[in-house]
This record gives sequence, structure tokens and C-alpha cells, in this order.
Amino acid sequence: MIVRARGARKQFGDRVAVEQLDLDIPAGCCFGLLGPNGAGKTTTLRMIYGATEPSAGTIEVFGIDVARDPRAVRARLGVTLQENVMIEVLSPVENLRVFGRYHLIREPELTRRIDYLVDFLELESHADVPVQNLSGGFQRRLAIALSLINDPELLILDEPTTGLDPAVRLALWSKIRALRTAGTTVLLTTHYMDEAQRLCDRIVVMAQGKAIADGAPAALIETHLRTEAIEIECSSEQESELIRLLADEPQRMRAGGRLVLYVDDAAAVLPVIDSIAAEHGHRTIRPTNLEDLFLHLTGAQLEGGA
Amino acid sequence: MKISLSHAFAVWRRNASMYGRTWMFNLLPNFFEPVLYLVAIGIGVGAYVSEMAGMSYAEFLAPGLVCVAAMNGASFEVTYNVYVRLTYDKAYDAMLTTPIGPDEILLGEVMWAVTRATIYGGSFFVVLVLFGLAPLPAALLAIPAIPLSGLLFAALGITFSLRVPTIDLFSFYFTLFLTPLFLFSDVFFPLEERLSGIWLWVAEALPLLHPVRIARAAFRGEWTPILIWDLAYVLALAALLLQGSRAAVRNRLMN
Repeated sequence: MIVRARGARKQFGDRVAVEQLDLDIPAGCCFGLLGPNGAGKTTTLRMIYGATEPSAGTIEVFGIDVARDPRAVRARLGVTLQENVMIEVLSPVENLRVFGRYHLIREPELTRRIDYLVDFLELESHADVPVQNLSGGFQRRLAIALSLINDPELLILDEPTTGLDPAVRLALWSKIRALRTAGTTVLLTTHYMDEAQRLCDRIVVMAQGKAIADGAPAALIETHLRTEAIEIECSSEQESELIRLLADEPQRMRAGGRLVLYVDDAAAVLPVIDSIAAEHGHRTIRPTNLEDLFLHLTGAQLEGGA
Repeated sequence: MKISLSHAFAVWRRNASMYGRTWMFNLLPNFFEPVLYLVAIGIGVGAYVSEMAGMSYAEFLAPGLVCVAAMNGASFEVTYNVYVRLTYDKAYDAMLTTPIGPDEILLGEVMWAVTRATIYGGSFFVVLVLFGLAPLPAALLAIPAIPLSGLLFAALGITFSLRVPTIDLFSFYFTLFLTPLFLFSDVFFPLEERLSGIWLWVAEALPLLHPVRIARAAFRGEWTPILIWDLAYVLALAALLLQGSRAAVRNRLMN
């Protein structure tokens, strides 16, 4: 295992950020931590790379107790923080040089490594322009390059594509996949379900500091929900009418005026649905996805309030 | 864990790389401050002062202002700049993703503050030589007082910075702490001629007094045993404050 956490817990004053967390991240895997804001994802990452110490429990990375020897652990991993941290008045190449020195990488190895990363993350066009003049997408690529300066065995990405446009996201995903193919273990947090579904072999869903589900995305969906989702516009009176008419009460979720039903065979229930809700806007039938799972697992509180 | 000097040096080099680009705006302006004091007060006001402590007023003022230049250099660095790196730039959060730990961040920043103090104090010393106000070679012995002032005020400033909740409070540090020190630490007038009895002892608590006394003794070419106390004061207070800052840095960055 690259990362092994047992009973990890983190408390800040009275607030418990992470509770009783067990994690096993095998080598070569792309592992996703999913959860709403404040679920404890970033705190979990910080404990893994030793920027904060667990209040209880243990975390081993590369078989080393992080709390005991964070320096040895951090020498072998890279972290892309949620916010881009770089020296704005310096160029990408100068920033990479500063970061390389944090790892005590010497010349000529440092220049060789920088050349490789400038090429890999396609930074050539603005390699010598001050960072403050670069676009958000370019800065994000540089942030990832910085975290790769020491050729890490484990790459930790905290919300790698939040706030980026779709084309940049696609490009970054392909880089992350390339790294994985080359053997780097990847641990990322996201609240984009499409990102998790495309990249991750395994995910853990977190809510309020606890892991509430874990497994491969497809297997998790299968365990918790039916295979097909039908989205319709309908009132709550229509909803009760619908439930009354259907033989088996289906799994369902409501968000405002929109109702999602989860069923094994959408075709079988469509006549009933159409008889109730046909005139109220269009309906959509689609495969159940991670987003449904996420809302199913974490959205219980929302349901009541919506 | 053992403190790694090479990682602390990487922190120092980060700052050096950055100021290498912005020194015209970030380093140059502060250099003129002691020069202006020297001209306005030493030479301007000094024209109406026949002598002070047995010398011209500009000569009296010169060694103290060397230490003031160093004090200001270190203080700006460990207050506003450290606070910005800590809170807005998140530079230390990025360092904590690498083998650098909180101790190395503290040490690297203090080393950089001492460097900046030495740049200011050193270049002002050169100005004094050009004005003919530094009696050579005796005055050369005042040079160690420059990094000593830097170390002392780096330790004092960072102790304050690690504990303030907002950047607005630094104006208190400058106005209510550094400015009185600047005015009452033997820089503008000889304390022992103006104070008596218990007040002379109270004055010994003032941090700036000690490097100023070392620099002044060198400029005069005199040695007195009290300099041992001055040196001990600077080193002991700096060591004490920096030791206390180790826990504060950890607490600020890791919790």
C-alpha cells in the first residue's frame, strides 16, 4: 500500500474535521476523495503529507509513519494545492527552479527535470513570462508541474480542475492519465463527479468528516442505486400519485420541482409516468451516474430542506 | 526532527530570487531613510549643536543610524512580508508539501531578514565612509553590530507576526514599539547624560540600545566591559524569542 490510514482523526478545537478514517491506497491506483465542501477532504490530504498531524490514529505513506518522519515522506510525493501558489513576479521556469531547490535538486539534474516538465505540461510558449500575466489554465498546469519537480511516486491533487474551462479540464485529465500510465499513484479530491468517474479506479465518499462509502465507481453505483435514472418535472402530489400506481416503490430523489426515479427497467414504468406527468415538461432517461450516487449518499440533508 | 540547514537555505534562496527581480521597488526606497536623517538632523540640525558627547552631532548620530538601518530592514521583512507570505501568498503552505518543515521556514526567514538588514546597514555604512563620518579602520569593528541588530529585530518582529490575527496591527508595532526605540536608544542623544538613577537601569531593557552601544564604541575606538553585556543581551534575547517562535510557527502552519 502507498497510503495506509487507520482510525485517523483530526480535531480543531471543538470541531471534528475527520473522524475514524481508514484508507488503503494501492500502488499505481488513481484514488478519489469525494465529498461536499467541508467534508474533510483537504484535512485528510494534509494529514497524508504531514502538513498537519492526526489527533488520533496513524497514517503511513510508503510504509513510513508520516507524523514521525514527514521529511522522508514528502521527498517522495508531490502536492498540487487547491490554490495556485507561485511567485507572481517570476516566470514558470524560475518558479520551477525555486521549487526544485526546496527538494535540494542540484544542477544539471534540475535543468533536465525543468526541461522535461516544461515539455510535458506544454509550458514552452510562456516559459519566461512572469506568472502574473498567465491565464488560469496555464497557471494550473504550472502548479501541477511544480508538484512533479521531484518525480514523485505519489501525486496528490486537491481539486485539480475547479474553476477551469472544459477544454483545459480535458487537457489536464489526459496529463493525469499519462502520469498514471507511467506508474505514478494519484490521489485527488473533487466535487466534480464526471472527473471522478473518468479518472478514478477507486473512490471514497466523505461527508461531515466520515467515509460513508468506498469502492470502484461502477460497483458503488450498482450497490446503492438502480441502473437507470428517469428525471421528470412533477409536484409532490403527482409524486405520491405515481408511487401509488407503481407496483414497487422506486428509489427516488427530489431537488426542487425535479424528481429523479431510479429503476432497473425504465421502459416498464414509462407508461405510468407518462400518464401522470407527461404534460409537465420533458423527461430524461439516462444511466445512473456518480452524481446520483453522491446526492443519494450525501444529499439526505438537502432533501429535507429543498 | 533535526533542523536542516540546506532546506533553510532553500527558503532563503526563494526570497533572494524574488528580490532579485523586485529590488528596485522593495529594497531601494528604504535605503534612503537613514541617509535623509543623517542629512536633515545630523548636518541640518547639527549645524546648531556645537558638540555632543565630545564630537560633532553628525559624528554622534552616525553609528546609531547604522543600527537603525539594520533594524528597519529586518523589521519590514519579518512583519509585513512574512505576514503576506503566510496569509495571502500561502508560500509556507507550498513549502510544507516539500521536505521543508516549519523549523526550516523559520530559520530561512530569519536568515533572509538578517541578510536584508545587512544590505541596508552595510550600504549606509558605505555612505558614512563617503561622508567621512566613519573613522577607519576602527569603525570597521562596528560591522558585526549590523547583522546583530538584524538578528535581534528579526526575532522580535517574527515573534509578533506569528501571533497577530490581522495585518492592521503592524502599525502598532512600528508606531508604539520601533519608533520609541529609535528615538530613545542612544541614537539621537547620550542616554547616560539625560537619565539618572533607576531610569538608567530601565533603559537597559531597550533592545536597540545594545547594538547601538557596540557600534558607537567601535566608532570611538574604545572598548569597555559593558559591551560583553550588550552582546550577551542581543544573543540571549534573540535565542529565547526564536526558540519560542518554533512552536508558534508549527501552530500557525499546521493547525
